[in-house]
Amino acid sequence: MESDLTGRSFADAVEEGARSASNGFGEEDSLAGRQVALIDLLDRLLTGGAVLTGDLVLSIADVDLVRVNLRAVIHSVTPDDPAPW
Amino acid sequence: MADRAPGVEEQDTAQVCYVFAVGRGDAPLQTAAEGLEGPTGAGVRAVYAAGLGALVSSVPAGLYDEEGLKAQLEDMERLEALARSHHAVVASAYEHTTVLPMRLATVYLDDGRVEAMLTERKDEFAALLSRLEGQVEWGVKVYADPRGASAANLSEAPAAPGGSGTSGGGSSPGRAYLQQRRKQRNTHRDTYRTAGAVAERAAALADAIATAKVSHRPQQGELASGPGENIVNDAYLVPAARSDDFRAAVGGLAEDVPGVRVELTGPWAPYSFATPPSTPRQPGGPGEPDADGE
Repeated sequence: MESDLTGRSFADAVEEGARSASNGFGEEDSLAGRQVALIDLLDRLLTGGAVLTGDLVLSIADVDLVRVNLRAVIHSVTPDDPAPW
Repeated sequence: MADRAPGVEEQDTAQVCYVFAVGRGDAPLQTAAEGLEGPTGAGVRAVYAAGLGALVSSVPAGLYDEEGLKAQLEDMERLEALARSHHAVVASAYEHTTVLPMRLATVYLDDGRVEAMLTERKDEFAALLSRLEGQVEWGVKVYADPRGASAANLSEAPAAPGGSGTSGGGSSPGRAYLQQRRKQRNTHRDTYRTAGAVAERAAALADAIATAKVSHRPQQGELASGPGENIVNDAYLVPAARSDDFRAAVGGLAEDVPGVRVELTGPWAPYSFATPPSTPRQPGGPGEPDADGE
Protein backbone atom coordinates (compact mmCIF):
# COMPACT_ATOMS: atom_id res chain seq x y z
CA MET A 1 0.00 0.00 0.00
CA GLU A 2 2.84 2.37 0.73
CA SER A 3 3.87 2.21 -2.87
CA ASP A 4 0.45 3.42 -3.90
CA LEU A 5 1.31 6.79 -2.49
CA THR A 6 4.31 7.68 -4.50
CA GLY A 7 5.62 8.06 -7.95
CA ARG A 8 5.09 5.68 -10.75
CA SER A 9 2.89 3.14 -9.07
CA PHE A 10 0.44 5.79 -7.96
CA ALA A 11 0.36 7.30 -11.42
CA ASP A 12 -0.27 3.84 -12.81
CA ALA A 13 -3.13 3.37 -10.42
CA VAL A 14 -4.62 6.66 -11.56
CA GLU A 15 -4.21 5.67 -15.18
CA GLU A 16 -5.77 2.34 -14.41
CA GLY A 17 -8.71 4.11 -12.87
CA ALA A 18 -9.09 6.38 -15.87
CA ARG A 19 -8.92 3.42 -18.23
CA SER A 20 -11.53 1.45 -16.39
CA ALA A 21 -13.77 4.52 -16.26
CA SER A 22 -13.68 4.73 -20.03
CA ASN A 23 -14.63 1.10 -20.56
CA GLY A 24 -18.18 0.02 -21.09
CA PHE A 25 -20.32 -0.87 -18.16
CA GLY A 26 -18.96 -4.08 -16.77
CA GLU A 27 -17.67 -5.62 -13.62
CA GLU A 28 -15.26 -2.79 -13.03
CA ASP A 29 -18.19 -0.43 -13.08
CA SER A 30 -19.38 -1.56 -9.69
CA LEU A 31 -19.01 1.17 -7.12
CA ALA A 32 -16.87 -0.94 -4.85
CA GLY A 33 -14.72 -2.80 -7.34
CA ARG A 34 -12.66 0.04 -8.73
CA GLN A 35 -9.36 1.25 -7.42
CA VAL A 36 -10.00 4.95 -7.10
CA ALA A 37 -7.36 7.64 -7.01
CA LEU A 38 -6.71 8.82 -3.47
CA ILE A 39 -7.04 12.48 -4.40
CA ASP A 40 -10.51 11.95 -5.89
CA LEU A 41 -11.49 10.08 -2.76
CA LEU A 42 -10.17 12.80 -0.45
CA ASP A 43 -12.03 15.49 -2.42
CA ARG A 44 -15.19 13.65 -1.47
CA LEU A 45 -14.44 12.38 2.01
CA LEU A 46 -12.99 15.62 3.37
CA THR A 47 -15.39 18.08 1.78
CA GLY A 48 -18.40 15.87 1.03
CA GLY A 49 -20.32 13.46 3.19
CA ALA A 50 -22.91 14.40 5.74
CA VAL A 51 -21.43 16.33 8.63
CA LEU A 52 -22.68 15.40 12.06
CA THR A 53 -21.65 17.05 15.25
CA GLY A 54 -21.41 14.04 17.46
CA ASP A 55 -19.48 12.88 20.45
CA LEU A 56 -16.00 12.48 19.12
CA VAL A 57 -16.38 14.10 15.78
CA LEU A 58 -13.75 16.67 15.17
CA SER A 59 -15.47 19.99 15.03
CA ILE A 60 -15.76 21.52 11.60
CA ALA A 61 -13.01 23.94 12.46
CA ASP A 62 -10.75 21.08 13.42
CA VAL A 63 -11.46 19.27 10.21
CA ASP A 64 -10.54 22.39 8.34
CA LEU A 65 -7.32 22.55 10.28
CA VAL A 66 -6.62 18.97 9.43
CA ARG A 67 -7.24 19.76 5.81
CA VAL A 68 -4.81 22.64 5.85
CA ASN A 69 -2.19 20.40 7.38
CA LEU A 70 -3.13 17.73 4.93
CA ARG A 71 -2.38 20.01 2.05
CA ALA A 72 1.07 20.44 3.48
CA VAL A 73 1.42 16.69 3.71
CA ILE A 74 0.25 16.21 0.15
CA HIS A 75 2.79 18.69 -1.10
CA SER A 76 5.57 17.10 0.88
CA VAL A 77 5.06 13.62 -0.50
CA THR A 78 8.19 13.00 -2.47
CA PRO A 79 7.88 10.46 -5.23
CA ASP A 80 10.66 7.92 -5.55
CA ASP A 81 10.42 8.25 -9.29
CA PRO A 82 10.45 11.53 -11.10
CA ALA A 83 7.05 12.76 -12.15
CA PRO A 84 5.95 10.90 -15.28
CA TRP A 85 5.88 14.04 -17.40
CA MET B 1 -6.21 -4.09 -0.85
CA ALA B 2 -4.65 -5.09 2.41
CA ASP B 3 -4.77 -1.59 3.76
CA ARG B 4 -5.60 -2.01 7.38
CA ALA B 5 -4.44 0.44 9.98
CA PRO B 6 -1.27 -1.12 11.30
CA GLY B 7 -0.29 -1.35 14.93
CA VAL B 8 -3.71 -1.57 16.50
CA GLU B 9 -3.10 -1.65 20.21
CA GLU B 10 -4.88 -4.66 21.58
CA GLN B 11 -4.64 -3.68 25.22
CA ASP B 12 -6.89 -0.72 24.61
CA THR B 13 -10.23 -2.44 24.88
CA ALA B 14 -12.49 0.60 25.01
CA GLN B 15 -14.48 0.76 21.80
CA VAL B 16 -16.29 3.59 20.08
CA CYS B 17 -18.62 3.63 17.13
CA TYR B 18 -17.40 4.67 13.68
CA VAL B 19 -20.29 5.69 11.39
CA PHE B 20 -19.93 5.17 7.64
CA ALA B 21 -23.37 5.93 6.30
CA VAL B 22 -27.06 6.25 7.12
CA GLY B 23 -29.86 4.59 5.19
CA ARG B 24 -33.43 3.46 5.64
CA GLY B 25 -33.71 0.86 8.35
CA ASP B 26 -34.84 -1.98 6.17
CA ALA B 27 -33.69 -5.36 4.90
CA PRO B 28 -31.36 -4.09 2.14
CA LEU B 29 -29.38 -2.15 4.73
CA GLN B 30 -29.00 -5.29 6.83
CA THR B 31 -27.83 -7.15 3.74
CA ALA B 32 -25.41 -4.36 2.91
CA ALA B 33 -23.73 -4.65 6.28
CA GLU B 34 -23.05 -8.34 5.93
CA GLY B 35 -19.52 -9.36 5.12
CA LEU B 36 -18.08 -5.86 5.39
CA GLU B 37 -15.21 -4.85 7.65
CA GLY B 38 -14.42 -1.59 9.36
CA PRO B 39 -11.06 0.17 9.43
CA THR B 40 -9.67 -1.95 12.23
CA GLY B 41 -11.08 -5.28 11.12
CA ALA B 42 -14.26 -5.45 13.19
CA GLY B 43 -17.42 -6.28 11.28
CA VAL B 44 -19.82 -3.65 10.01
CA ARG B 45 -23.29 -3.73 11.58
CA ALA B 46 -26.45 -1.69 11.38
CA VAL B 47 -27.77 0.36 14.30
CA TYR B 48 -31.46 1.14 13.93
CA ALA B 49 -33.68 3.94 15.19
CA ALA B 50 -36.56 6.06 13.91
CA GLY B 51 -36.97 3.98 10.77
CA LEU B 52 -33.36 4.62 9.82
CA GLY B 53 -30.20 2.58 10.11
CA ALA B 54 -26.58 3.59 10.50
CA LEU B 55 -23.78 1.39 9.22
CA VAL B 56 -21.18 1.35 11.97
CA SER B 57 -18.13 -0.53 13.11
CA SER B 58 -16.53 -0.71 16.53
CA VAL B 59 -13.10 0.85 16.65
CA PRO B 60 -10.61 1.28 19.51
CA ALA B 61 -11.29 4.47 21.42
CA GLY B 62 -7.61 5.29 21.64
CA LEU B 63 -7.26 5.49 17.87
CA TYR B 64 -10.47 7.44 17.35
CA ASP B 65 -10.59 10.04 20.05
CA GLU B 66 -9.65 13.54 19.08
CA GLU B 67 -5.92 12.98 19.43
CA GLY B 68 -6.01 9.63 17.70
CA LEU B 69 -8.02 10.95 14.80
CA LYS B 70 -5.77 13.92 14.28
CA ALA B 71 -2.78 11.62 14.19
CA GLN B 72 -4.51 9.39 11.66
CA LEU B 73 -5.66 12.19 9.42
CA GLU B 74 -2.31 13.89 9.32
CA ASP B 75 -0.35 10.78 8.41
CA MET B 76 -0.73 10.16 4.71
CA GLU B 77 -0.50 6.39 4.91
CA ARG B 78 -2.98 6.09 7.73
CA LEU B 79 -5.23 8.64 6.11
CA GLU B 80 -5.27 6.60 2.92
CA ALA B 81 -5.99 3.39 4.82
CA LEU B 82 -8.89 5.02 6.64
CA ALA B 83 -10.23 6.72 3.52
CA ARG B 84 -10.15 3.51 1.51
CA SER B 85 -11.76 1.54 4.30
CA HIS B 86 -14.52 4.13 4.68
CA HIS B 87 -15.01 4.15 0.91
CA ALA B 88 -15.11 0.35 0.67
CA VAL B 89 -18.01 0.19 3.11
CA VAL B 90 -19.92 3.10 1.59
CA ALA B 91 -19.46 1.88 -1.98
CA SER B 92 -20.47 -1.70 -1.16
CA ALA B 93 -23.49 -0.52 0.75
CA TYR B 94 -24.54 1.80 -2.04
CA GLU B 95 -24.73 -1.16 -4.40
CA HIS B 96 -27.48 -2.59 -2.19
CA THR B 97 -29.40 0.45 -1.14
CA THR B 98 -29.37 4.24 -1.07
CA VAL B 99 -27.26 5.48 1.81
CA LEU B 100 -26.10 8.87 2.88
CA PRO B 101 -22.30 8.78 3.20
CA MET B 102 -20.92 10.41 6.32
CA ARG B 103 -17.86 12.59 6.23
CA LEU B 104 -14.61 10.80 7.04
CA ALA B 105 -14.04 10.19 10.74
CA THR B 106 -17.55 10.47 12.15
CA VAL B 107 -17.36 8.78 15.54
CA TYR B 108 -19.84 8.29 18.39
CA LEU B 109 -19.27 6.98 21.87
CA ASP B 110 -21.63 4.03 21.58
CA ASP B 111 -24.65 2.60 19.77
CA GLY B 112 -27.02 4.50 22.02
CA ARG B 113 -25.56 7.80 20.91
CA VAL B 114 -25.91 6.76 17.27
CA GLU B 115 -29.58 5.91 17.88
CA ALA B 116 -30.12 9.30 19.47
CA MET B 117 -28.48 11.00 16.48
CA LEU B 118 -30.70 9.09 14.03
CA THR B 119 -33.82 10.03 15.98
CA GLU B 120 -32.85 13.64 16.29
CA ARG B 121 -32.15 14.12 12.60
CA LYS B 122 -34.59 11.69 11.07
CA ASP B 123 -36.45 14.29 8.99
CA GLU B 124 -33.28 15.67 7.48
CA PHE B 125 -31.96 12.19 6.72
CA ALA B 126 -35.24 11.09 5.16
CA ALA B 127 -35.28 14.14 2.91
CA LEU B 128 -31.69 13.64 1.79
CA LEU B 129 -32.22 9.93 1.17
CA SER B 130 -35.23 10.67 -1.03
CA ARG B 131 -33.21 13.18 -2.97
CA LEU B 132 -30.38 10.71 -3.58
CA GLU B 133 -32.57 7.70 -4.34
CA GLY B 134 -31.53 6.03 -7.58
CA GLN B 135 -28.75 8.51 -8.26
CA VAL B 136 -25.00 8.22 -8.45
CA GLU B 137 -22.19 10.74 -8.54
CA TRP B 138 -19.86 11.25 -11.50
CA GLY B 139 -16.69 13.29 -11.38
CA VAL B 140 -15.67 15.40 -14.38
CA LYS B 141 -12.16 16.81 -14.50
CA VAL B 142 -10.78 18.97 -17.28
CA TYR B 143 -7.04 19.43 -17.77
CA ALA B 144 -5.02 21.88 -19.81
CA ASP B 145 -1.68 20.51 -20.89
CA PRO B 146 0.24 22.97 -23.09
CA ARG B 147 3.21 20.62 -23.25
CA GLY B 148 0.99 17.90 -24.61
CA ALA B 149 -0.29 20.39 -27.17
CA SER B 150 3.27 21.33 -28.17
CA ALA B 151 4.20 17.71 -28.58
CA ALA B 152 1.16 17.17 -30.78
CA ASN B 153 2.06 20.24 -32.85
CA LEU B 154 5.58 19.03 -33.33
CA SER B 155 4.55 15.60 -34.45
CA GLU B 156 2.02 17.08 -36.86
CA ALA B 157 4.23 19.80 -38.32
CA PRO B 158 6.34 18.72 -41.25
CA ALA B 159 9.96 18.22 -40.35
CA ALA B 160 12.19 21.19 -41.01
CA PRO B 161 12.65 21.23 -44.75
CA GLY B 162 15.92 19.94 -46.08
CA GLY B 163 18.82 19.30 -43.82
CA SER B 164 21.61 21.23 -45.43
CA GLY B 165 21.66 24.94 -45.99
CA THR B 166 18.58 25.09 -48.21
CA SER B 167 16.21 25.80 -45.33
CA GLY B 168 14.84 29.08 -44.02
CA GLY B 169 17.19 31.49 -45.70
CA GLY B 170 18.41 34.13 -43.25
CA SER B 171 16.83 32.61 -40.14
CA SER B 172 19.46 33.21 -37.51
CA PRO B 173 19.60 30.99 -34.43
CA GLY B 174 18.54 33.93 -32.28
CA ARG B 175 15.54 34.65 -34.42
CA ALA B 176 14.59 31.00 -34.54
CA TYR B 177 14.77 30.93 -30.76
CA LEU B 178 12.47 33.91 -30.43
CA GLN B 179 10.04 32.42 -32.91
CA GLN B 180 10.08 29.23 -30.92
CA ARG B 181 9.39 31.10 -27.68
CA ARG B 182 6.52 33.00 -29.23
CA LYS B 183 5.06 29.80 -30.54
CA GLN B 184 5.27 28.24 -27.10
CA ARG B 185 3.50 31.20 -25.54
CA ASN B 186 0.78 31.05 -28.13
CA THR B 187 0.38 27.34 -27.65
CA HIS B 188 0.13 27.90 -23.92
CA ARG B 189 -2.54 30.56 -24.28
CA ASP B 190 -4.47 28.66 -26.93
CA THR B 191 -4.42 25.48 -24.87
CA TYR B 192 -5.96 27.21 -21.87
CA ARG B 193 -8.56 28.86 -24.08
CA THR B 194 -9.43 25.59 -25.72
CA ALA B 195 -9.57 23.83 -22.37
CA GLY B 196 -11.91 26.53 -21.10
CA ALA B 197 -14.17 26.00 -24.09
CA VAL B 198 -14.11 22.24 -23.61
CA ALA B 199 -14.94 22.74 -19.94
CA GLU B 200 -17.94 24.89 -20.83
CA ARG B 201 -19.18 22.36 -23.32
CA ALA B 202 -18.68 19.55 -20.80
CA ALA B 203 -20.63 21.47 -18.19
CA ALA B 204 -23.49 22.16 -20.59
CA LEU B 205 -23.73 18.53 -21.66
CA ALA B 206 -23.41 17.29 -18.09
CA ASP B 207 -25.99 19.75 -16.77
CA ALA B 208 -28.49 18.50 -19.32
CA ILE B 209 -28.40 15.04 -17.75
CA ALA B 210 -27.46 15.70 -14.14
CA THR B 211 -29.83 16.71 -11.37
CA ALA B 212 -27.25 18.59 -9.31
CA LYS B 213 -23.69 19.81 -9.47
CA VAL B 214 -20.93 20.60 -6.99
CA SER B 215 -17.60 22.16 -7.89
CA HIS B 216 -14.56 20.88 -6.04
CA ARG B 217 -11.30 22.73 -5.85
CA PRO B 218 -9.07 21.90 -8.83
CA GLN B 219 -6.52 19.28 -7.88
CA GLN B 220 -2.93 20.29 -7.24
CA GLY B 221 0.13 18.88 -5.59
CA GLU B 222 1.89 15.57 -5.70
CA LEU B 223 -1.27 13.52 -5.46
CA ALA B 224 -2.70 15.26 -8.51
CA SER B 225 -1.05 12.82 -10.82
CA GLY B 226 -1.19 13.10 -14.59
CA PRO B 227 0.05 15.65 -17.09
CA GLY B 228 -1.27 19.17 -17.30
CA GLU B 229 -3.13 21.46 -14.94
CA ASN B 230 -6.51 20.53 -13.57
CA ILE B 231 -8.77 23.49 -14.28
CA VAL B 232 -12.18 21.98 -13.51
CA ASN B 233 -13.01 19.39 -10.86
CA ASP B 234 -16.78 19.01 -10.73
CA ALA B 235 -19.15 16.42 -9.35
CA TYR B 236 -22.56 15.71 -10.85
CA LEU B 237 -25.51 13.87 -9.39
CA VAL B 238 -26.83 11.63 -12.16
CA PRO B 239 -29.76 9.20 -12.26
CA ALA B 240 -28.10 5.78 -12.24
CA ALA B 241 -30.13 4.77 -15.27
CA ARG B 242 -28.52 7.60 -17.22
CA SER B 243 -24.91 6.83 -16.34
CA ASP B 244 -24.30 5.48 -19.84
CA ASP B 245 -25.69 8.63 -21.42
CA PHE B 246 -23.64 10.80 -19.13
CA ARG B 247 -20.45 8.96 -19.92
CA ALA B 248 -21.15 8.98 -23.64
CA ALA B 249 -21.94 12.70 -23.65
CA VAL B 250 -19.04 13.96 -21.57
CA GLY B 251 -16.37 11.28 -21.73
CA GLY B 252 -15.04 11.65 -25.26
CA LEU B 253 -15.23 15.42 -25.53
CA ALA B 254 -11.53 16.16 -25.77
CA GLU B 255 -10.38 13.00 -27.50
CA ASP B 256 -9.16 14.85 -30.58
CA VAL B 257 -8.16 18.06 -28.86
CA PRO B 258 -4.40 18.30 -28.35
CA GLY B 259 -3.43 19.49 -24.89
CA VAL B 260 -6.88 19.13 -23.36
CA ARG B 261 -8.09 16.14 -21.40
CA VAL B 262 -11.44 15.29 -19.88
CA GLU B 263 -11.40 12.64 -17.18
CA LEU B 264 -14.48 10.99 -15.78
CA THR B 265 -14.49 9.24 -12.43
CA GLY B 266 -17.35 7.20 -11.12
CA PRO B 267 -19.86 6.05 -10.50
CA TRP B 268 -19.47 7.13 -6.89
CA ALA B 269 -21.82 6.97 -3.97
CA PRO B 270 -23.09 10.57 -3.81
CA TYR B 271 -20.51 11.88 -1.34
CA SER B 272 -20.55 15.37 -2.78
CA PHE B 273 -24.33 15.62 -2.42
CA ALA B 274 -24.75 14.29 1.09
CA THR B 275 -24.72 17.73 2.64
CA PRO B 276 -27.63 20.10 2.30
CA PRO B 277 -26.83 22.47 -0.56
CA SER B 278 -24.80 25.34 0.80
CA THR B 279 -23.54 28.41 -0.97
CA PRO B 280 -22.19 26.92 -4.16
CA ARG B 281 -18.54 27.61 -4.80
CA GLN B 282 -17.92 29.39 -8.05
CA PRO B 283 -16.40 27.05 -10.57
CA GLY B 284 -13.73 29.73 -10.90
CA GLY B 285 -13.43 29.80 -14.68
CA PRO B 286 -10.46 28.18 -16.34
CA GLY B 287 -7.35 29.88 -15.11
CA GLU B 288 -4.97 31.35 -17.58
CA PRO B 289 -1.75 31.88 -15.70
CA ASP B 290 1.03 34.09 -16.94
CA ALA B 291 2.30 33.03 -20.28
CA ASP B 292 5.34 31.35 -18.87
CA GLY B 293 3.71 30.15 -15.70
CA GLU B 294 4.23 26.53 -14.88
